[in-house]
Formats: sequence, structure tokens, C-alpha cells
Amino acid sequence: MSESFSHDYGEIIRREWPRVVATLVGDFGDLSEAEDAIQEAVVEALRTWPRSGVPDRPGAWITTVARRRAIDRRRRSNTGRQKAELDLRLRHRLDGSQDPSDVVDDESLLRDEQLRLLYACCHPALAPQAQMALTLRSLGGLTTSEIARAFLVPEPTVAQRLVRAKKKIAAAGIPFKIPPDHELLARTDLVRTVVYLIFNEGYDASAGADLVRAELCAEAIRLARLVAELTPDDAESLGLEALLLLIHARAGARVDAHGDLVLLADQRRDLWDVDLIDQGMMTLDRALRLERPGPLQIQAAIQALHNEPPPTDWEQIELLYRRLLDLRPSPVVVLNHAVALATAGDIEGGLRRLDEPALADQLDRYHHYHSARADLLRTIDVAASALAYRRALELVSSEPERRFLERRLTEVTAGLSP
Amino acid sequence: MKYACLIYSDENDTTANPDPLSKEMETIMAGYMAFGGAAGDKILGGEALQPTPTATCVRVSDGEVIATDGPFAETKEHLGGFYIIEAADLDEAIAMAAMIPHAAMGTVEVRPVIDFG
Repeated sequence: MSESFSHDYGEIIRREWPRVVATLVGDFGDLSEAEDAIQEAVVEALRTWPRSGVPDRPGAWITTVARRRAIDRRRRSNTGRQKAELDLRLRHRLDGSQDPSDVVDDESLLRDEQLRLLYACCHPALAPQAQMALTLRSLGGLTTSEIARAFLVPEPTVAQRLVRAKKKIAAAGIPFKIPPDHELLARTDLVRTVVYLIFNEGYDASAGADLVRAELCAEAIRLARLVAELTPDDAESLGLEALLLLIHARAGARVDAHGDLVLLADQRRDLWDVDLIDQGMMTLDRALRLERPGPLQIQAAIQALHNEPPPTDWEQIELLYRRLLDLRPSPVVVLNHAVALATAGDIEGGLRRLDEPALADQLDRYHHYHSARADLLRTIDVAASALAYRRALELVSSEPERRFLERRLTEVTAGLSP
Repeated sequence: MKYACLIYSDENDTTANPDPLSKEMETIMAGYMAFGGAAGDKILGGEALQPTPTATCVRVSDGEVIATDGPFAETKEHLGGFYIIEAADLDEAIAMAAMIPHAAMGTVEVRPVIDFG
């Protein structure tokens, strides 16, 4: 078997993974059991496909094999009571069908099963790190070692995180179900937050030498697309997909040949990914046509304005941030609004907002706050600006950002010398 | 599934733990009555505990019983009572725990109970 062949199989398996996991969790009600059985089925696939060729419906093939493996295991090891439960559950699900793989073809059933899995992986009773790892594993189809590489943590750490999270789901009774209507909005918001966190982990790499870990961003976009497909009536899910596409389109221009951070205004626009921008704009358009505005759509609209040819319409951006503040106020949004206000021309107004004691207190440990303040102070109070850059430097942990802040500090202190 | 709802609050916080004869306590007790009514036979049991100054820690070391004054941990919030409830899953348990009055004045820790059956 050649490398490229095995790569193709990997692609196929990853594409089918979330549906297969969702189906098996639906059958057996247990994530660990489902994954173990699928793992066995995948091994079987990699053994037989090179000889027999990839089946017409690879997902159905893996599901059927995994289901048989899981049933075998249960029959071997379980008590009579559990056996009876299993038989009942499976009979109910396979009702009227001779071929167990037929279940996979029911699109609306599959959609619901993936949603149930998604809501369980992003359950609020799990820690954010566990939510991200579980979602990447169960719905993104990433392996433990891929997740470990993406988060720059040792593989055993991720493995342990996943085991604990799966144990908690089983032991604490976290349900695989679509939340009731009165909780649905909040729970779907949380799902989107988890996907956004995964994206940010890749985009604003919180530690290490690389500023952008592109695979993680691409993975988050795949997940955002899946969430948007699974919640087609929720404009915010499309908003998230659009937002991530529009930000990620600029990834190639955000770091220069030396690995240094390039500000949006200084980026080479020919390095932006036009396809991603087009996809993002189309997705945003679809979201806006649902006429249910929300914070993620507004953020996507802001990114869309940044992607327009210069001069950037900062007044419009400022207005959008103001709307975002109405809808979902947070210290970081106040910060972004203040920067937009200043860039639109009202530097002192922007600074006044940044210097509000409550905000200064909340964002004191956030290096972006201090570097934004330093930027605004450059033309007003050079000494205060230098002080703020120094504070940002104390807090920053990514190397490219550190070098950027050092350059900025050198520039303003050059202005200080007599 | 069976869950324990462990009710924690700050004993020095007079909002969470007002004078037993006060109007505020009456309101809190009314809240517990309402919870009891709404949860009905999903409540399998539970008790309210005397405050931590009444607590005694017991340890056995080399066969010797050592009893000392005070609660086990020096924390701000202490266990003040508990319920054992029956719920279909964690979501239902969370919804029930949220109705316990001290969830709004402290913390309710929801823990699944081990099924030895």
C-alpha cells in the first residue's frame, strides 16, 4: 500500500467519522465503547480495502463492522440485564430493516445523532479543555496525537483528558440529547463558543513560536461548517462559519518571512486567500438573509469590512462594534470598540473608554489591552505609551507578538530621546 | 440515576444564613418548601446540617480514635445540607439543583451516586 493510498483512506475515514461515531453512540449510548468499536472497524478497513477496493458507502461499511464488533464485545462480557437492554435498543433502531447499515442512510436521523453527540461533547459540565478535545476527537475525527500536536501538549495529557471526559459523560449521566427549546439557544451558543475557542487556539496561538497553527484553524472551520449544517435555521451558526473563514483568509499575510507579526493595515493583500473570502462572504450573505442578527454575524460583518479594499470604513466598523456592545457586552468588545472609535478619528474618546477604571481592572492581565492603549497614546503621550508597551511585553507569551511589541517600544522610545 | 445535591454556602454570609427566627429565613424556608413540592417524590432523602462550629472530625490512627474540633476543611463555603434525588440524566439533575434556594446564595454540587446494584 503506497503512502498516497493510505492518505486517501485516512481522508475517507475522517470524512465519515462524525456520522459513524454519532450512529454508534446512538446504538450503544456510550462514547468510549463506540470509539473502541470504530477503531477496530477502521483497522479492519485498512486491512481489507486495499485488496477489495473502497466500498460504495464507506461510512455504512465502517458502521456495520463497528456495530458487529460492539455487539460481540457486549455479548461476551455483559450481564444478562445489559444484554437484554442492548437487544431491545438495537431491535428498536433497526426495526423493519434487514441490513443494519440502512440506518446510516436516514439523513434526518443522522443529523439528530450528530447533534446529540455535539451537545454532549460541549456540555457545560465539562471543562473547556475537555470540550475542545472531545469535539475534535468525536466530530472532527482527529487522533489523540493530532490533538496533542495542535495544542502543544504531551499526548498522554490529551489521552487522559479524553478518558476523564468520557468517564464523566458516562458516570455523571451527561445525556446524548438535543436540549429542550428553552435551553437550546444557550446550549448552541456554547457549542459555537467551543468551536471559536478551537479556532482561536490556532489563530492566536497562546504560546510557542508559531503565530498561526493553520491546521487547527482549518479544523475549527470544518467543525463550524458541520454545526451550520446541523443547525440550518440558526443564523448565528452561519455567522460563525463566515467569521472564521473571513479571518482565516488573511492568515498567510499575518506573519512575514521572518515569522514576525504583520498588522492588518500593513498586510500584503495579494497574500489573502480570495477563495476563503468568497466563501465567507457567501456564508455571511446566507446568514443575513435569515434576518436574525446576532453577535457572530456582526463580528463577521466587521471582518468583511476589513477585507474591503482601502480606505477601511472605520466609521461603519465603529457602529457595528457599538451594536455588538448592545447585544453582547464584554470587556474585549469595549476594547475593540474603543480602538475602532480612535481609528475612526476620535483618539481621545477611545482612550477615555480604555481608561475607565472598571475596564482597566478587568483587562489588566490582557496584553492586547496594554498594546492597544500604547498604540493610541503614541501621538499623545510618548512616555505613557512606552510604559504601556512595557506592560504588554510583561504579559505576552507568543514569540512573534513579543518581537512586534519590542519593535513598537523601540520606535516610541526613539521619539523620547532628546 | 441517583444524584446527591450537596449544598454549600458561607456561614458568615447573613443573606445565605440569616437568623433562624428572621423574616429572611422564612423566605428561604418557603423556597425549600416550594422545591420539595415541585420535586415531589424525585427527592429520595436529605437533611439540613447544624453549622460547622458543631462539627467534630474523627480519625483513627494506629487503632486510636482521635476526635478534634471543627470541620474538615478551612474553606469559605461549607456543607450545610444535602438531598438525594432521582433524575433521568445530568440535565434534569442540574435543573432540579438550580431550584434549591441556596444555589442562588452559594453553590450546589451535583454528584452521581455510585450504583452498587
